[in-house]
Amino acid sequence: MYAFDYHRPDSLRKAASLAATVEDAKFLAGGHTLLPTMKQRLASPSALIDLNRVKELAGIELRGRTIVIGAMTRHASVEQSPEIQQALPALAELAHLIGDPQVRHRGTIGGSIANNDPAADYPAACVALGATIVTNKRKLAADEFFTGLFDTALEDGEIITKVVFPVASRAAYAKFRNPASRYALAGVFVAKRGSDIRVAVTGAGESGVFRLPEFEEALKKRFSPKSIEGLKVSPDGLIGDIHADPAYRAQLVAVMARRAVAKAAAR
Amino acid sequence: MTTVSMTVNGKAVSADIEPRTLLVQFLRENLRLTGTHVGCDTSQCGACVVHLDGQAVKSCTVLALSCDGATVGTIEGLASDGALHPMQEAFREHHGLQCGFCTPGMIMSAVDIVARCGHHLDEQTIREELEGNICRCTGYHNIVKAIAAGAEAMGASSPMQHAAE
Repeated sequence: MYAFDYHRPDSLRKAASLAATVEDAKFLAGGHTLLPTMKQRLASPSALIDLNRVKELAGIELRGRTIVIGAMTRHASVEQSPEIQQALPALAELAHLIGDPQVRHRGTIGGSIANNDPAADYPAACVALGATIVTNKRKLAADEFFTGLFDTALEDGEIITKVVFPVASRAAYAKFRNPASRYALAGVFVAKRGSDIRVAVTGAGESGVFRLPEFEEALKKRFSPKSIEGLKVSPDGLIGDIHADPAYRAQLVAVMARRAVAKAAAR
Repeated sequence: MTTVSMTVNGKAVSADIEPRTLLVQFLRENLRLTGTHVGCDTSQCGACVVHLDGQAVKSCTVLALSCDGATVGTIEGLASDGALHPMQEAFREHHGLQCGFCTPGMIMSAVDIVARCGHHLDEQTIREELEGNICRCTGYHNIVKAIAAGAEAMGASSPMQHAAE
């Protein structure tokens, strides 16, 4: 890997002040996207600000009807958290489907959503559950946070501190994994909170995570896989690559949506 | 250059390294612990798996400086007093390897699986948990058998000691 400067703050305040003063720096969370990207020279920051020492950024807390997850919380911690398994099992199941056990020991929720890979899993959960992304400067609704391919509403030097998930009475995630990379070829997160029903898709959209309003409306009439049985997804704007063309992804999204609703309705 | 200090296989180690040094490079090139292998260098294959503060990680995708103050375990630290660790012994006994390149990572992952999933592992669990380790020779069959036997043997030999690994 090419040379870079390295900073290791032990508090959020220090991390933020480094970001304000160090030129061309990037934050290092779990590093499981950033480091491979740097090895391939697809990213070349001149400095890294390592957040692994910032203890206040990690942890899981059940607060009333919300689950608060610190940005540096590892996927494995979400997967294994008894609080999350109890209150929002769909989120623990999603974390379990990321990468492999070793990757889940390092990768973080904050890193995943800050990167906003179109095939990442967490963006679908954030949008479907109506999560709030909290930074050191402000609070953002998930719908406003994810702004496009590898793009978010985060400003330069802004640090995600936690993600607040409302607990949904019924929620589930269905993912069709790329058999090699385990990234989502199509992943659908469905959540029902009272009368609010949201269906969010990852892995398939050229601009990253998106919602399926037609599916949401159909499910508001009756929350059952039958309600969306005939519904089709348009291949317009879907990703086409060596793994799957847009038409195939459109088909997968509809199938994953039905599976997710079936699972959520059975909860 | 920045100084990094950590505990590797029970020994305190320290070195001046460049920030870009990966944990696997630090282990292999600074400490000469070449049992940890570099396979794909893209966190896919698992040949570089070591234990970082008790958890299996891919050391090709961790900066050595991120591990300052941490406890690291590698394949070289498993055997004690000239006797193979029960998981190593199980790989030997069940012929869980052919060329051997993936074996250190397989064994470090296997010990981690036991720590998380217990000593009685069914085939399905082992195969799913081996998601992050690739073997190009064996077809995995004997690796799966070896891990099941090694897990049982770890439970029989000294549950407290190995649970801590």
